[in-house]
Amino acid sequence: MTSHTSSTPAAVARSDSYYGRPVIKAPSWSARDIAGYFFLGGLAGAGSVLAAGAHLTGRTATATALKVSSLTAVGLSAAALVHDLGRPSRFPNMLRVFKPTSPMSMGSWLLSAYGPAAGAAALTAVTGRLPKAGAAATAAAALLGPVLATYTAVLAADTAVPAWHGAHRELPYLFGASATGAAAGMALVAGPVHENAPARYAAALAAVADGAALRAAERRLGTVAVTYREGRAGRLMRAARALTAAGTVGALLLGHRSRIAAAGAGLALLAGSACTRFGVFAAGIASAQDPAHTVGPQREAVERRTTRSQ
Amino acid sequence: MTDNLFSGPEHDPARDAGHENAPPRVGFFTDTSVCIGCKACEVACKEWNAIPEDGLTLTGMSYDNTGGLGASTWRHVAFVEQPVPSGRTTLPLVEPDAAGAGSRAEAPGMRWLMSSDVCKHCTHAACLDVCPTGSLFRTEFGTVVVQEDICNGCGVCVPACPYGVIEQRPTDGRAFKCTMCYDRLGAGQEPACAKACPTESIQFGPLDELRERAALRVEQLHEAGVTDARLYGHEPDNGVGGDGAFFLLLDEPEVYGLPPDPVVTTRDLPAMWRHAGTAALSLAGTAALSFALPALARRKGRR
Repeated sequence: MTSHTSSTPAAVARSDSYYGRPVIKAPSWSARDIAGYFFLGGLAGAGSVLAAGAHLTGRTATATALKVSSLTAVGLSAAALVHDLGRPSRFPNMLRVFKPTSPMSMGSWLLSAYGPAAGAAALTAVTGRLPKAGAAATAAAALLGPVLATYTAVLAADTAVPAWHGAHRELPYLFGASATGAAAGMALVAGPVHENAPARYAAALAAVADGAALRAAERRLGTVAVTYREGRAGRLMRAARALTAAGTVGALLLGHRSRIAAAGAGLALLAGSACTRFGVFAAGIASAQDPAHTVGPQREAVERRTTRSQ
Repeated sequence: MTDNLFSGPEHDPARDAGHENAPPRVGFFTDTSVCIGCKACEVACKEWNAIPEDGLTLTGMSYDNTGGLGASTWRHVAFVEQPVPSGRTTLPLVEPDAAGAGSRAEAPGMRWLMSSDVCKHCTHAACLDVCPTGSLFRTEFGTVVVQEDICNGCGVCVPACPYGVIEQRPTDGRAFKCTMCYDRLGAGQEPACAKACPTESIQFGPLDELRERAALRVEQLHEAGVTDARLYGHEPDNGVGGDGAFFLLLDEPEVYGLPPDPVVTTRDLPAMWRHAGTAALSLAGTAALSFALPALARRKGRR
């Protein structure tokens, strides 16, 4: 009831709120830092997996490029995390405890294990020294990478934010698919054409999984799904869909013929993945700011319980 | 469900958090039917805890110029001043025709609900669960407190709270919320807000005792014809395992800006980790498939 003079009692009955103020608090995280972290963590993590595949199958140029990209991405993502802290100088407190109920704690430990592995993989690939240690680091980064790419979904979903928590089952798959798309895009941008067949397949598989996960999430969210379709989030999600589709089609049709076409398709995939993460972030903020998205689903839950117990 | 510490009934959160010989769990029972909206609780809280000023604005929301709980507001008095929605009983406490004409400020058909909101000190506190530094902890009194010297301002507790209580102070970066006057409790004193409340709308004490007292009060109000009186946050089997601070409300919780069915997000965390694990495996599988398919296609092409 933002204005009780204009609302009739009947209209008030089901849409009660305290002057339209949000019930929960939206995170004060900056979109650039945290949605950026979601994107970069995914790019790094999935990139390490594709790098290991390229490494194993003798696609050396692509492997090296992806290892360097993963190291850069994880470095930037750690910087974004520290930058977003209210007290950046207290970043080391992140490793003060090991706490499985805190996705932020688990992520910090994961980053501190993955970061050095990605670093060693990249350095050995670039310098050509210590190939055995390099292979071990590549394998370690490839094992930790998928978790780095998907745990950020838990970081968002393990909150009271309706658009995130409501999709807590689907969000990890969306993030995994989006990360795979980004890494495939990077492989298309940075790898030679004769090595990019796996990246093209990965891009196509990721695009299909991305669409399916998002549809499943929207179905689950019911009325809250509107936060993914309207406003800033809606624009970002539509841009993500268009970019991912264009990048995938471009990669499949032209990616094996032209270096420039492959790079263009790769950039579109990278941008599509970034738009997905910024879109999910924006949907969460929008859902937290509207009390109807907090109260509505909770009322439905109460009513479901009441009918079941009758 | 005795081994499940993430959600559901939990008798003794302080002992489960490792406090041996913990004193009985304490809490607040805020009986809004006797709140007069004096805001003494807000003032006492600010004064005792030396909380900085956080904006002097007029909101246009009845007498509420505080807005809501936040980093620098640990007690917040809500004022719901509106025409009585249909289907709600009017409070006999403010019956317009009971006294002589002109002696009442309230127009007939209007209602004025007041309620002093505070951190719920949940049995299963999401803010505490998600805190990566261990800054948020469970005290021996069963309450939830932020250690200011540990908090690094990651801000994850803010969206985790299903009540929108905890917040980062913009000028400081760290997260702050009600401590239930941890310092006063340690000295055997009651929290400043309860001490200052002139109508005993805010009652402090052992939680078990408060729950009994609240049940009696709600019965008394029902007998007096206030059928809309209901307790909020008192059940140990609610979504947060019972609130350390619970309320007697005179309408649905959302009218006061409270969530009708809050759930500690940690309840679903095991499922989230499982899905994240499966998604990570799917990612690895997709990558493996992406390398296997071109190899297969090449072999087929050669044949």
